[in-house]
Amino acid sequence: MSKRPPDLRRPGVSRRGFLQGSSVVAGSLGLAAGEVRAAAAEPTSDTRNIEIKINGKTRNMSVEPRTTLVEALRDTLGMTGTKIGCNQGQCGACTVLLNGSRVNSCLTLAVMAEGGEVVTVEGLADPSGDLHPMQSAFARNDAFQCGYCTPGQILSAIACIDEGHAGNEAEIREYMSGNLCRCGAYPNIVAAIVQVRDSQQG
Amino acid sequence: MYDFELTRPGTLDEALAALRAEDAQPLSGGQTLIPTLKQRLAMPSVLVSLTGIEELRGITREDGALRIGGGTTHGQIARETADSFPGLSHLAGKIGDPAVRNRGTIGGSLANNDPSACYPAAMMATGGTVITNNREIAADDYFQGMFTTALEEDEIVTGVRIPVPQSSNYQKFEQPASRFPLVGVFVARFDGRVGVGVTGASEGGVFRWREAEEALGSDFTPEALKDMSHPADGMISDLHGTAEYRAHLIAVMTRRAVAAAT
Ligand SMILES: Cc1cc2nc3c(=O)[nH]c(=O)nc-3n(C[C@H](O)[C@H](O)[C@H](O)COP(=O)(O)OP(=O)(O)OC[C@H]3O[C@@H](n4cnc5c(N)ncnc54)[C@H](O)[C@@H]3O)c2cc1C
Ligand code: FES
Ligand code: FES
Repeated sequence: MSKRPPDLRRPGVSRRGFLQGSSVVAGSLGLAAGEVRAAAAEPTSDTRNIEIKINGKTRNMSVEPRTTLVEALRDTLGMTGTKIGCNQGQCGACTVLLNGSRVNSCLTLAVMAEGGEVVTVEGLADPSGDLHPMQSAFARNDAFQCGYCTPGQILSAIACIDEGHAGNEAEIREYMSGNLCRCGAYPNIVAAIVQVRDSQQG
Repeated sequence: MYDFELTRPGTLDEALAALRAEDAQPLSGGQTLIPTLKQRLAMPSVLVSLTGIEELRGITREDGALRIGGGTTHGQIARETADSFPGLSHLAGKIGDPAVRNRGTIGGSLANNDPSACYPAAMMATGGTVITNNREIAADDYFQGMFTTALEEDEIVTGVRIPVPQSSNYQKFEQPASRFPLVGVFVARFDGRVGVGVTGASEGGVFRWREAEEALGSDFTPEALKDMSHPADGMISDLHGTAEYRAHLIAVMTRRAVAAAT
């Protein structure tokens, strides 16, 4: 059973669905199949100019409504620190902070972040280049191998402590469960979080 | 994703007007709809974002029940019902992961009615009510099979009313890859009645296990279900588990929920 189900509440009765899917219907409407396909392939909606505060700086960008936040970051702004893994909300590689909460930027439309504040891994080190304590802790604890999941892990780890969900190792694992690591660095990630939590308390 | 327009109305009335456009569809947290769009399994021409509508958010107490706005996120429900309804708080706090809970909403989940969604089990067990822009629908009538509900086109889930039981518990046997329940059971004990809602198990979607409800009504202990098993007929079989396995889990999860109910 798929956990990303088709939207069966609205079965294929959509007009656009018919136009694309059935040349009979398209024909009866007096449209040649070729015309229909060309019409569907071309962007029909306008791009929009939106403003998002990213890592403290207000950025203007032009995006389509369907552009996800991670696409806007990576492709429109060239900020490739945020990674795309599954692109389906399952792996957490694309985790960023939106208005202080961790979200999967692959499941957030850029236009929905309009007027909001986003923090990505590029915004963590201070301007002089000193790493954020969580970045240092990840390095000290070898909390990665290939590093692909790391930007998402670090943002999620910061939120995990801020939310007060880093009480013990089991709680940390539970509240970091949305961030997968194919290299299996989990024990070291937990160790890094414990270290930062303890240094903040101390 | 196919291309679409997007509007962000500030009021329910504006949203309803926007939904009258051809092939318009509501967007709440997007945690189900955006993956669906990415797979090109839906192609709305307009998405009407409901997240800017203040009146759809929040939790209030109404005599003996909680009234929860359709746009309230799983995370907010987990945090704000911890004292008033721990069983529901625990359920909401186990949905997906923190990032999913920060965006996903109860209205979106109920509109989607995934056969493994968590809230429907609580709605069925408590005898909850789905509230829309023009009517109220009892849980027993609302859920009509996998991904199918009593909602009409362009009807918005504005909220739910969930009676608060004396004690309750949700047991989720998690499918670790998707983080949805393979089988989830919500048990709710009221004065004179017990509800048992089962999700994830049946090809017909969420359902009430009436035999267990009856047995627990007179003896609210795990032992009351000792010799009871659920038939495998009509249960889901897939690569994660057979119908027999799911049927077995229903009884196990129900007993655990009774034992843990607080
Ligand atoms: C990794 C992952 C794990 C998950 N695990 C679980 C889990 O364990 N248990 C669980 O229950 N769920 C789980 N989910 C699903 C999650 O709960 C979704 O948030 C939920 O199913 C949909 O809510 P949404 O607000 O994101 O809705 P959207 O994705 O925005 O919308 C879903 C559907 O409902 C319609 N809709 C949205 N809001 C309304 C409304 N107010 N009125 C009418 N129609 C509306 C939309 O048009 C769409 O068809 C998981 C999701 C992910 C990505
Ligand atoms: S890329 Fe967003 S969760 Fe995997
Ligand atoms: S370090 Fe390789 S995926 Fe986590």
